[in-house]
Amino acid sequence: MNPANYLYLAALLFTIGAFGVLIRRNAIVVFMCVELMLNAANLTLVAFSRMHGNLDGQIMAFFVMVVAAAEVVVGLAIIVMLYRSRHSASVDDASLMKL
Amino acid sequence: MIGLLVAAPLLGAAVLLCGGRHLNRTGHWLGTALAGVSFVLAAVLFVDMLGRPGDDRALHQHLYSWVPVGGFQADIAFQLDQLSMTFVLLITGVGTLIHLYSVGYMEHDNRRRRFFGYLNLFLAAMLLLVLADNFLLLYVGWEGVGLASYLLIGFWQHKPSAATAAKKAFVVNRVGDAGLAIAIFLMFTTFGTFAFGPVLANAEEATQATLTGIGLMLLLAACGKSAQVPLQSWLGDAMEGPTPVSALIHAATMVTAGVYLITRSGAIFNAAPDAQTAVVVVGAVTLLFGAIIGCAKDDIKKALAGSTMSQIGYMVLAAGLGPIGYAFAIMHLVTHGFFKAGLFLGAGSVMHGMNDEVDMRKYGGLRKYMPVTFVTFGLGYLAIIGFPGLSGFFSKDAIIEAAFAKGGTQGWILGAVTLLGAAITAYYMTRVMLLTFFGEKRWQPDERGNEPHPHESPKTMVIPMVVLAFGSVFAGGLFKFNDAFVNWLRPVTSFEHGHPPIGVAAITTLTVVVLLIGVAAAWLQYGRRPVPVVAPRGSLVTRAARRDLLQDDFNHVVLVRGGEHLTRSLVYVDNKLVDGAVNGTAAAFGGLSGRMRRVQNGFARSYAVSMFGGAALLVAATLLMRAV
Repeated sequence: MNPANYLYLAALLFTIGAFGVLIRRNAIVVFMCVELMLNAANLTLVAFSRMHGNLDGQIMAFFVMVVAAAEVVVGLAIIVMLYRSRHSASVDDASLMKL
Repeated sequence: MIGLLVAAPLLGAAVLLCGGRHLNRTGHWLGTALAGVSFVLAAVLFVDMLGRPGDDRALHQHLYSWVPVGGFQADIAFQLDQLSMTFVLLITGVGTLIHLYSVGYMEHDNRRRRFFGYLNLFLAAMLLLVLADNFLLLYVGWEGVGLASYLLIGFWQHKPSAATAAKKAFVVNRVGDAGLAIAIFLMFTTFGTFAFGPVLANAEEATQATLTGIGLMLLLAACGKSAQVPLQSWLGDAMEGPTPVSALIHAATMVTAGVYLITRSGAIFNAAPDAQTAVVVVGAVTLLFGAIIGCAKDDIKKALAGSTMSQIGYMVLAAGLGPIGYAFAIMHLVTHGFFKAGLFLGAGSVMHGMNDEVDMRKYGGLRKYMPVTFVTFGLGYLAIIGFPGLSGFFSKDAIIEAAFAKGGTQGWILGAVTLLGAAITAYYMTRVMLLTFFGEKRWQPDERGNEPHPHESPKTMVIPMVVLAFGSVFAGGLFKFNDAFVNWLRPVTSFEHGHPPIGVAAITTLTVVVLLIGVAAAWLQYGRRPVPVVAPRGSLVTRAARRDLLQDDFNHVVLVRGGEHLTRSLVYVDNKLVDGAVNGTAAAFGGLSGRMRRVQNGFARSYAVSMFGGAALLVAATLLMRAV
């Protein structure tokens, strides 16, 4: 199979993720969309690794996964705390920092 | 030795001004003595100078380097040549006499010590002015006499008019001083020095434009100090000062500083004909201007002030004629120093006897009460109108001849102006004489019932008047004899014989004729019939002349109002344009940031949009660049 197809898939996933971040209000869904975009990036890295015949991209993908895992821990903790204090997980409600 | 000339009165000023109360009883004699010391020193130096041949008479003394900085060399150095010597003798001689006179005149003033301190300060500054060997040191003396003049005009500072007059004199003089400062700057940039020697010797090497610029700035300076049109307005008001001050500073010495400056810078003016023409015009205008004012004033001192202005106009005119006139300008300056100081002292003596009344219409018939004053004043009068044989005749006649000798149309115009001036001089001086000493007595008791009892003044006042009267009578003849004065000054100012288009005898005759016409006109108006105590309304010209030919009105309308308008429009520009630009910029940024702030709305998703937008833009730009 042509490895370029993986790239198309990755682009599709990234676009879905980006749109999800922009249009969804629920923080959990936004968070999932962010993950989707990260994994789209991972997919491209792996695809390039395959196309170039070396392992650099795959190693990079591991790094991204580690960072994403750490980010999920911190992000979910914030969202849980937010929900507890405001009884809502809407990102638009958390706009207290504006002037 | 030369330094001592300046040091003696300077010491006097320091001691008298710092000495305090216990000098009150002796201070005036100390001041007079130190002025006398200066005069004796000057006389010794004069005799010494006469012993040397003409070209070898100048003395130089370098005291110390004042500001030695690279190419800028300012020295405290003196130069005593024939021109300076003439001034030094006049200043110290007349100065000493006036110190003596002031002892009597200021007897009842409890600030007499301070007065003598200021007089000594003036003498020191004036001597510095004429003895300096460079323009910068001259400038120091120039400012010094300005300061002393300010202090002395405003000596009776409890009178608001005196305080105002002092301020006016100071401010008007400052305009001229600015001219001198600019002239010195120009000299330094052109010649790299401001010492008399190199500047005057190399004057012709500079460009015509520079020379004309320096000349005009020097003329401005001379106008300020010598009360020439257009900076003449302060002199009349300066008569608020005590009369000895008017005699010493505002008649005999300080106001002639401008003539000294022009004569001293003769080499520059000789090489700049345009500037010279300006000098002549200023002199001619002032000579008529002052004379007309002198005709209308009822205040005896202001009439004499108008006359001073006019006589200095003669000197400036003569100095503007170039080498045919310098010597005569200085000669008239010296004779004028004698007779005008004498006239002022006479006026002071009259005021002393008349309870300080200055209105001549309230005098009348004083010759019986003050015989010595009458005789000395009368001799001064004959001298100033140029009565044949007296000082003024020789010096003024020489100037009139030189004016004719200028040649061409200019010569005729200048000659006519000087002749007309002579006629008006005869008119107003005869008027002063008739109003003061002839006719019946016109004085009355003042509001408090004090009737003046005119009496002859004390000896200390009379002696200087007598000495000055001798000078008024004989100085001119002495100077003229064998062309002594011209030969004396020739090495400094150079001299050319002028050749008037009409004979010298004819000019002399004309001078005497116009003189008689002037005297006769005054006699017809003031001698033949009684003089009204209250001045009649008079014609338009008379009223204008009483207001100093509207000089103050002119200054008020043009300079004061003009200045106010200028500042107001500048304030307007400042408020609207400069502040407008600054405030506008601030407001624009304020408004802009108000708009920009709305972008920061606190919604995470809108931040995400801008992030995506930015990233998309970057990617697009990268792709575009790669495509290109």
